[in-house]
Amino acid sequence: MKFLLRGGFALLTAITYCAQAETEKLTIYTYSSFVSDWGPGPAVKKAFERDCNCELDFVGLEDGAALLSRLQLEGRHSKADIILGLDTNLTTEAAATGLLAPHGLNIDELDLSIDWTDDVFLPYDYGHFAFVYDSEALAVVPGSLEALVQDTSGPQLIIQDPRTSTPGLGLLLWIRVVFGDDAPLAWSQLAPRILTVTAGWSTAYGLFLEGEAPLVLSYTTSPAYHRHVEGTDRYRAAAFSEGHYAQIEVAAKLADSPHQALADRFLVFMLSPAFQDLIPTTNWMFPAGRTSQPLPDAFTGLVQPTRTLLIEPEQVAAHRRAWVREWLEVLGR
Amino acid sequence: MARSPGPLTRKFYAIARISWPGVVSALFLLLLIGATFTVLLIGSGPIRLINDLGKDPYLRQVVGFTLWQASLSTLLSIGMAIPVARAFARQSSFPGRRLVLQLLGLPVVTPVIVAVLGIIAVYGQSGILRDGLQLLGLSWSGRFYGLTGILVAHVFFNFPLSVRMLLPAWDRIPSENWRLAAQLGMNSRQLFRWLEWPALTSVLPGTAAVVFLLCFSSFAVVLVLGGGPSATTIEVAIYQALRFEFDPPRAAALALGQLGICTALVLGLHHWIRAQSISRGLASGARYRPDVDQSIHRSFDLAVIGLTSTFVALPLGAIVYAGCTGPLSSVLLDSRLWAAAGRSVGIALAAAAVALSLAVGLLVTSRHLVFQLRRRTESDVLQIAGSITLAVPPMVTGTGLFLLLLPLGIAFDLAVLVIILVNATLVLPYMMRTVGPAFLDAGHRYDRLCRQLGMSGWYRLRLADWPIIRRPLGFAVALCATLSVGDMGVAALFDTSGAITLPVLLYHRLGAYRFDEAAVTALALIVLCAVVFLVVDRGIGRWHS
Amino acid sequence: MAFLTLKNLRFRQGTWQFAIDAKIERNSCTAIIGPSGAGKSTLLSLIAGFERPERGAIFVDAEDITALAPALRPVTILFQENNLFAHLTLARNIGLGRHPGLQLSAEDKTRIEEAVAAVGLDGLEDRLPESVSGGERQRAALARCLCQDRAVLLLDEPFNSLDPALRHEMRSLVDRLRRERCLTVLLVSHNPEEAAEIADTALFMHGGQILERGNLEELLKRPRTSQLAHYLGQSRE
Repeated sequence: MKFLLRGGFALLTAITYCAQAETEKLTIYTYSSFVSDWGPGPAVKKAFERDCNCELDFVGLEDGAALLSRLQLEGRHSKADIILGLDTNLTTEAAATGLLAPHGLNIDELDLSIDWTDDVFLPYDYGHFAFVYDSEALAVVPGSLEALVQDTSGPQLIIQDPRTSTPGLGLLLWIRVVFGDDAPLAWSQLAPRILTVTAGWSTAYGLFLEGEAPLVLSYTTSPAYHRHVEGTDRYRAAAFSEGHYAQIEVAAKLADSPHQALADRFLVFMLSPAFQDLIPTTNWMFPAGRTSQPLPDAFTGLVQPTRTLLIEPEQVAAHRRAWVREWLEVLGR
Repeated sequence: MARSPGPLTRKFYAIARISWPGVVSALFLLLLIGATFTVLLIGSGPIRLINDLGKDPYLRQVVGFTLWQASLSTLLSIGMAIPVARAFARQSSFPGRRLVLQLLGLPVVTPVIVAVLGIIAVYGQSGILRDGLQLLGLSWSGRFYGLTGILVAHVFFNFPLSVRMLLPAWDRIPSENWRLAAQLGMNSRQLFRWLEWPALTSVLPGTAAVVFLLCFSSFAVVLVLGGGPSATTIEVAIYQALRFEFDPPRAAALALGQLGICTALVLGLHHWIRAQSISRGLASGARYRPDVDQSIHRSFDLAVIGLTSTFVALPLGAIVYAGCTGPLSSVLLDSRLWAAAGRSVGIALAAAAVALSLAVGLLVTSRHLVFQLRRRTESDVLQIAGSITLAVPPMVTGTGLFLLLLPLGIAFDLAVLVIILVNATLVLPYMMRTVGPAFLDAGHRYDRLCRQLGMSGWYRLRLADWPIIRRPLGFAVALCATLSVGDMGVAALFDTSGAITLPVLLYHRLGAYRFDEAAVTALALIVLCAVVFLVVDRGIGRWHS
Repeated sequence: MAFLTLKNLRFRQGTWQFAIDAKIERNSCTAIIGPSGAGKSTLLSLIAGFERPERGAIFVDAEDITALAPALRPVTILFQENNLFAHLTLARNIGLGRHPGLQLSAEDKTRIEEAVAAVGLDGLEDRLPESVSGGERQRAALARCLCQDRAVLLLDEPFNSLDPALRHEMRSLVDRLRRERCLTVLLVSHNPEEAAEIADTALFMHGGQILERGNLEELLKRPRTSQLAHYLGQSRE
């Protein structure tokens, strides 16, 4: 009830504000695959603009991790109102910039499908990282991360740069969880088979689909796209026995944004079925909020991780730079 | 008695009146470079640099790789260029010779990002070359991204350039030497050893120096084809330090390192670089050679030339083909494409105008120093000032300006202005080297006459110089504008939602792996470059005042 | 003081020194003769203002012009070549003698027409230099000199590339103009006999110095120094 009241009040303020001004523009920084034509961007824009009498402007950066450095780069003069696409590995550092504002919503009333306690960030989808392979090109599928790393005659793979890409960072942390302090050694064993390191997920996946390599770092849910849209079972995720690293993607609003009310409204919208319904079939992840329909059939039979791996955000924040430097050094040899 | 200025004061005013253009230009450049230097030094750059180089092996690897790939690229480009240049020199007339030589001039003016796209289309993992080899039953499973890809791209740009720079060497061989060699009965190998190689040694160091510097400061090629930390050059590392990691001190340290090495290289090689000019003349005077009639040499030479033409034409052709057969309507009707194109052209014309003003200022004063004050050294200083960007790469200047404006919060607002300034310094050497000789020529011919008639300043430029320099100037401005349209260096650094240029848009499309859209965008970029070049060249060159 | 006086002029070029003292009378025609490398052209450069002497002064009509720029001196010069701008018509070339920016008043235009008539170029003013003969080009250059209306005319072997008959014609023209307009002419020539047609006095230069001076005919018949004799091809026993 309180949620409805608050939400209603925010809505009213937003409407009045919108009515007074000319079409207000809400600028959202996100990653490029979100705003592409086959991503959630266009549909989200249409759905939000229908009711708000405003204009939604997406700015696509290479990938999620680039959002953090762009935030730091632009500082208080950033044109962004909302930043959408960081994940829990980066939330501590992002909050530490002091540029983000609390969302002010009561989490208990948000009906999220995951446990959530943060008061600055709100989750909008989640998933697990996995290596996706082309079943027509790969005969022997690695059954664990260890197997992948230690098989020196194994297949080539495409990964993303942990400095710009959240999957890239996820892999870095995944290897750190599995191998602990032997992570540099693991990377040095893997390095010869890395075909290329791309800046963003889209480039990597695009290269994979072009047949440049039989393995790519992606999500357990990526095959759902090919099943649903293309009707093929050719691309599958490899299940690893150690477990898979999890990703919860979040959004937050900027404290210096002049459109606070509109931003609040968007965050509410983000957790509503209007937005969440689009997630499975455009972003190909699991929705974090309420949906009005069940998941499509393509989502059945996907790889279910035996364990969910996740490092505490504070720990990540404390060691990320050092781990990335280490990674740079190993791969740079 | 009226106080009239003494002779010394009058002399000072006289000199100042005529020299002010050069002084202004030089001061402007000094200010720009000085600001860059200061910013880089102040941000604890040097301490951090020395610290990092000592402690961080990654930085050492980056510097090492940069030097390594530049050396390999230079060796390959020059090595391949020698037999090809020889083939051109030997076959002084065959149908299409001029056309092929002009084809070799294309890579220099092609936007880097477009050429890279073409190279991927031909040599990439799923490119034409692999398909062709597969048809023949062969396969090559080497990795394309990384050193291989970078080398292929660098050779694509610099090998044709080297051929054009080496070719004039043959003109230095006196025709009597050829006749003497014929009398002595020398065969082809001996001709090379005794006649051609000595002539080559006069142009080889300069060519190698220029190619090395170009490859050392290469950015877009490494950004796209590098494929990971093991193949990163200093300039790409600067870009990543700013945009990926948000580590301004590290970016400053790297920029300082790049600046230091480039300056050292330019100072060390300047003797050879000065001799090199971007000459248009590719004399094809038919020279008597004893080995020119033998059919075996002719077949070999024509084969070599044919392979070279294919090598150059294939990536460009692949892009044009992919572009023409791609989703033309959806890409061309996208307003973002036209916005980016308009921005690119605007920036290019502004940059060319700034570079032209700077160049004219430097050249006018330089000429005055040479002819009237007999001060050759000061004039050389001015000319060197125009080539400052060989020592101070545009990425470094851009980084410096970026770091300067960042704390003021206007870095992205002034993005367009900064890109214009940096692009102006990028194209300034080309402007100087193309317009300079014509300016001096006008001076040689008419300096005394102009002084006698009291023609100076604007009158002189308009009546005496303009008709002589008009054609080279038109070409220079067109060339510089085209280079700026296709440049993707500083524009990538300042890449922000409001101010994308067309090459950066292409880079985004490439990153999103929308290959067919990228191909159409690339085609649009090529057409834009061609249009800009033709319009400016014809417009200025043939314009009747 | 003579009309054109060179007082203790010192100039260094390369290895040798230049030391000149001379007095030139108004409305005279003086030939400057001597072997190549003697400094004849250098002398003209100094008078015209293209070079600055280390020491000494140049006076024209009792005015010290040593510190003046070339355009401000009462001197006009005809070079060996490149006397005209190849891309401007003869008329415009001549007009530059009136105003360096070709902003011509009505009076300027009258003077130009007069000059064109004086050198006999009527009807050719609107041609480009490349479309007229060598002789006509030099006439146009001469017309421009006239338009500048200066008292001293320097000629640096401008008729070298013309045929003998044309050279004779041009020399006659110069002589006529000198008498009509009271010009003071200095003429560098390496053909003393030809110069003698219009020059009455001569300066013989050798190694940067004036070794002999005086009436040209006299000098040619009776050279006093061995260098002049050697130059003229007469040996002195």
